[in-house]
Amino acid sequence: MNEFKELSWQGLWKNNPALVQLLGLCPLLAVTATVTNGLGLGLATTLVLIGSNTTVSIIRNWVPSEIRIPIFVMIIAAFVTIVQLLMNAYIFTLYQALGIFIPLIVTNCAIIGRAEAYASKNTVGKSAFDGLMMGLGFTLILVLLGAMRELLGYGTLFDGANLLLGDWATSLKITVFETDSPFLLAILPPGAFLCMGLLIALKNVLDSHMERLFAAKAEEKVVQRARVTTES
Amino acid sequence: MKFRLASSPHQHIRRDTGQVMRLVILAMIPGVLLQTWFFGWGTVIQIGLAIITAVVTEAAILELRKRDFERALKDYSAVLTAMLLAVSIPPFAPWWVIVIGTFFAIGIVKQLYGGLGFNVFNPAMAAYVMLLVSFPVQMTQWIPPVNLAQYSHNFMDALNAVFTGFSVEGFSLAQLKTGIDGVTMATPLDTVKTGLAQGFTYSETIERPIFDSVISGLGVASSWISLGYLLGGLYLLKQKVINWHIPLSMIAGLFICSLIMSLVDSDLYPSSLFHLFNGSIIIGAFFIATDPVSASTTNKGRIIFGAAIGVWVYLIREWGGYPDAVAFAVLIMNMAVPLIDYYTRPRTYGHSSSKRKSKDKAQS
Repeated sequence: MNEFKELSWQGLWKNNPALVQLLGLCPLLAVTATVTNGLGLGLATTLVLIGSNTTVSIIRNWVPSEIRIPIFVMIIAAFVTIVQLLMNAYIFTLYQALGIFIPLIVTNCAIIGRAEAYASKNTVGKSAFDGLMMGLGFTLILVLLGAMRELLGYGTLFDGANLLLGDWATSLKITVFETDSPFLLAILPPGAFLCMGLLIALKNVLDSHMERLFAAKAEEKVVQRARVTTES
Repeated sequence: MKFRLASSPHQHIRRDTGQVMRLVILAMIPGVLLQTWFFGWGTVIQIGLAIITAVVTEAAILELRKRDFERALKDYSAVLTAMLLAVSIPPFAPWWVIVIGTFFAIGIVKQLYGGLGFNVFNPAMAAYVMLLVSFPVQMTQWIPPVNLAQYSHNFMDALNAVFTGFSVEGFSLAQLKTGIDGVTMATPLDTVKTGLAQGFTYSETIERPIFDSVISGLGVASSWISLGYLLGGLYLLKQKVINWHIPLSMIAGLFICSLIMSLVDSDLYPSSLFHLFNGSIIIGAFFIATDPVSASTTNKGRIIFGAAIGVWVYLIREWGGYPDAVAFAVLIMNMAVPLIDYYTRPRTYGHSSSKRKSKDKAQS
């Protein structure tokens, strides 16, 4: 169980594929103009990650290490094709909005990175869970970035959520402010770089803050122990 | 004979940052006055808005960074950035354009990189490019010079136009933009660029009313404003606030490029005079490219830096998508500054130059 806890912590925060490993930046920067796009691509990536991690883990003992990379890529490509066909069938408008970036999930380094670094060395259950957590971590950042850019760019949130979640989601759209002239910088890729930089900075600030908190706690403990020894 | 004893330090810094910045602001005044004369009170309102935003942003971020914000505010660098940005944007641009721009200049471009002295890019120009890319409509709504405009406007009109988009009498920005003949007027650079694209020759396009009728190729307003900034720039040179290297090499770079091309084909390529006194070359050369933080720091490097800006301006003006290019050129060369500085390091006193060294080696 502890292993699973560690995996979640690694995937969601400490070793987050987008914020820390900086993998898969191309789709990250290109499609996160809105929350819906970010969520769609994030979920697709998560599905692929779970599938590829599981499969790689199952066959890990039979794959000769000399040709493991091509085999991993073929597995990933198979899952991407499945996801692509599924999206084509069930959420066609979002499929069109994401365009080339769905097939490009194949080239997302985060996926092959996990297959190589984790799934090819660990059991099926752990690998699948690792895929889930890494995918969720990636999705989280995609959604956050999408929210930042959509808010700055169009002044809305969850615009077009019905493309992904069905018609009921039309009511999810929140208009924070009305604007006739969208803030193009936030929508264009440079804005994604800026927002990404701000997110990474925010994570580092939180990390150093937490470190200081833990350090303070650790120091307190030392003081207590010292007092016990003097008493005895 | 009398010996005057002075204790160390014997070398003084003649001016602190605040004094330098105040001198530059002072030198901007003639240009700003002329700009106000030609384009109305909008310029002054934009400068006011920009300064307020800049000071508030700077103070807030310095407070967040737990720095002494009183001292930082007293160096006037934020005010100068605000003024440079404010004179670059159209006088009747909506208020939120300059507020967003100044916030970006101070907050993102300057403070996120570590504050004054650490910014890689020129804050005012980075913010200008950000605004131009983000709000192309608002950023290109230049009104015609006062003597060519159909409707005159006073201070209240300008204030109303900036905050609501309409003058007191209810004229919209589109109406305020029209010239005497009721046709919307473009800036001189834009006029020539569009005219050439439509198949007119250069000499035909400069017949239009936005150009001076006496000296060919000079814009009615822009040449006077450029002269105003030139005056301020020469004052800065005389006060030794800036060195001659960057302004001169930048102007020379543009001048030589435009001279060659206009000699090749004077119908397609505007004259050097046109290039130098329209748009923002003069203010760019004396006030923007000379930013001591983001420009090159060696004398040789400054010449390369300035000349390359001049060439970039020419390239983008002639073959790029935008009519003017000082901001883009300055940003491009800001990126090259570390490289330029690396290769133009002056010889340290007492050490032989690398050229000498190789000669010495060859002899031995």
